[in-house]
Amino acid sequence: MAQEATEVLYQKRIPIFPRSVKGIFRRLKYGILILAYGIYFLLPWLRWERLNAPDQAVLFDIPGRHFYIFGLAMEPQDVIWIGGLLVIAAMLLFFVTGIAGRVFCGYFCFQTLWTEVFVLIERLIQGERPARIRLAQAPWSAAKLGKLGATWGLWLLVAFWTGSTFTLYWDNAPELIVAMARGEAPFAAYATTLFLSATTFVMAGLAREQVCTYMCPYARFQSAMFDKDTLIVAYDERRGESRHKPARNLKSREQRRAQGMGDCVDCGYCVQVCPTGIDIRNGLQLQCISCALCIDACNTIMDSLGWPHGLVGYTSENAQQGGATRIIKPKTIGYGVILLTAIAVLGWSIAHQVAYNATVEQIRQPLYATLSDGRIQNSYEIKLNNRVTRPLTVRIGLEDLPGAELDVGGLEQVTLEPQQRLQVLAKVRRAAAGKQGQQHFTFVITPVGGVQAEPAHRPSVFYLPE
Amino acid sequence: MMNEKTTKQQKSTAVQTTGHAWDGDLQEFNNPLPRWWLWSFYATVVFALIYWLLYPSWPWRDSWLHGLKTVTFTVGKEKVTTDWNTRAVLIQELEEGRSATVQREFMEKIAKVDFGEIQKNPEMLAFARSVGKGLFGTNCAACHGRGGQGVVGLYPNLTDDDWLWGGSMEKIQETLTNGRNGFMPAFGETLNPQQLDDVATYVLTLSAEAPQSEASDRGRELFQGYGGGCYACHGKDGKGQQSLGSANLTDRIWTIANVPEKQTLEDKKAAVKQVIANGVQNRRVMPAWKDRMSPNEIKLMAVYLHQLGGGQ
Repeated sequence: MAQEATEVLYQKRIPIFPRSVKGIFRRLKYGILILAYGIYFLLPWLRWERLNAPDQAVLFDIPGRHFYIFGLAMEPQDVIWIGGLLVIAAMLLFFVTGIAGRVFCGYFCFQTLWTEVFVLIERLIQGERPARIRLAQAPWSAAKLGKLGATWGLWLLVAFWTGSTFTLYWDNAPELIVAMARGEAPFAAYATTLFLSATTFVMAGLAREQVCTYMCPYARFQSAMFDKDTLIVAYDERRGESRHKPARNLKSREQRRAQGMGDCVDCGYCVQVCPTGIDIRNGLQLQCISCALCIDACNTIMDSLGWPHGLVGYTSENAQQGGATRIIKPKTIGYGVILLTAIAVLGWSIAHQVAYNATVEQIRQPLYATLSDGRIQNSYEIKLNNRVTRPLTVRIGLEDLPGAELDVGGLEQVTLEPQQRLQVLAKVRRAAAGKQGQQHFTFVITPVGGVQAEPAHRPSVFYLPE
Repeated sequence: MMNEKTTKQQKSTAVQTTGHAWDGDLQEFNNPLPRWWLWSFYATVVFALIYWLLYPSWPWRDSWLHGLKTVTFTVGKEKVTTDWNTRAVLIQELEEGRSATVQREFMEKIAKVDFGEIQKNPEMLAFARSVGKGLFGTNCAACHGRGGQGVVGLYPNLTDDDWLWGGSMEKIQETLTNGRNGFMPAFGETLNPQQLDDVATYVLTLSAEAPQSEASDRGRELFQGYGGGCYACHGKDGKGQQSLGSANLTDRIWTIANVPEKQTLEDKKAAVKQVIANGVQNRRVMPAWKDRMSPNEIKLMAVYLHQLGGGQ
């Protein structure tokens, strides 16, 4: 009884053994896979010369609060750019999904890409789909153990490689990998690698389509962006039905038409290649990640029969009903405008990154001090922050405060190392005579060496005794 | 290969019900949870059990279960190991955390170099200001004020360029280490009221607070001669001696008599006269800090104070 109850309450995963397929979409997807893997695995090793930081092209140095992407050096206050990037990513997703459906899921999502690699490994060791099904159903033996062990071993290797590559983005890769091997790396490096390896193994090796079906929020909310013009992978019911095997007198399309049969020969190939284990002929389903492999499968069969492609293909609800698929529609324009605006704003913001920050803060306690020669002294804390990866020398001067003497700790110029923050104390002295109370003036910070940049004018106030 | 039997997963399953029926036709759908969800739930239970074992968790009698995890930190020079708790973790972080380490390294760097080198290094100066501010708040602000502005008549202003005991970094370091005791004898008994008036007038002329007059000439005689004997400490020219901590009377800074605040000559004179008559006793005592601050901290404070107003 208890056994039965468990069976009812918790559904066991039904394993899926996708069959391999050849075709244009398969080639396209392998191309994307190679590109994505190439970027992901090689990027941490790409070098980029820097004066003050490791020569790593893409480096996110969290303890140092410095983030580098090639020539761009970022600091925590640039976090707004991540906001911009996320807006662009979201709008791009909405824009593309509105036009062409779940393109991200089927072609670009790392869950899809890593699952594909894991399935490739599975096929390499265990063979094609029927062999894998046989192996899964076979009783335990040394051969089965060996094959499964080899599969899991290779999976673990890929998972570990994935996890350690992710870790390499956060520190200088060549040093970190040596430190990790020697057991000298920070705990966070091992924890990150372990976590990413484990999740990669579980998600791509064991969970697979369940991630898309049960866990992924994008999978669910992308349907909100669908309309009647959105491209979907669909089976042409009017052409395909009724299905029948190509029996003796059902070999040609004409024969089939005459007997009320459609083009679908019910071979099941489209179902066997599906990574989420659905039958596309049942219509649009939430499990479908639009990977288009069923299109390749069906086209292969159509080719072998000499019949035209497209029994399963990209279409839209409108096209299915005999209408035209509109690409330009209010939704596309809306998302497109926001997308372009976000790209323009982010691009402008990054292109106009300032070379340095300068702020002037008056020391307010005390506001002023009388000196032994009777002059009045005000003090100011000047905060300088070199934002770029080259040194910067500035001269600090005064404007609109006649007769005043400036003392920056006896320094003529201040040199900031790449990305250095420095506070200098500036003392301004002036005779007490003349206008009493407040006197507005300006600090002028002029870059004189290193990075070319505009002078900064910072308004401030000189206080005299009332 | 195309005729291969499709497996279970490809058959669409009809919606199941739990089999219960109420009011004749009211039924409950059974949407089974996936098995992985169940395993995730068990994993969280295991996590909780391990957590209970390692960290403080349940109330237990008069106390609680302390957990197996410990934290080690130093008190003075002693290593202390306690059950894991956030306060101990904080102490440990303050001792061994990244910021603490960086601060310690910088402190050591400053300890090694001499004052001349520090003065040329904006980074060290900035570090001294940032750490010095905290030390000043803890140790000095009670008398000298939060910004070091002092109180006229009691505690010297540290933001000006006038130094009773010398304004070089070395001198400031010495002042901090050993303390100072400023003293001026009372002349109320030695000098008669007329003489007091004359000396006060003379002192005011030194910083151009009063015009020269016969009274000031008489005052100068007393100041520079044996009658008053002021020159012994303040010097013939009234410029003071930093080795004694005697004030420079020729500059515009008044540390005891609040002359700049007074409007009329009479009031100014009265203020100065009061100081001459009563002296400065038991109010210019700067404690020694060598027992309360480390030599490195004192060195750092010397740099901080030197920058504050106008070190020499």
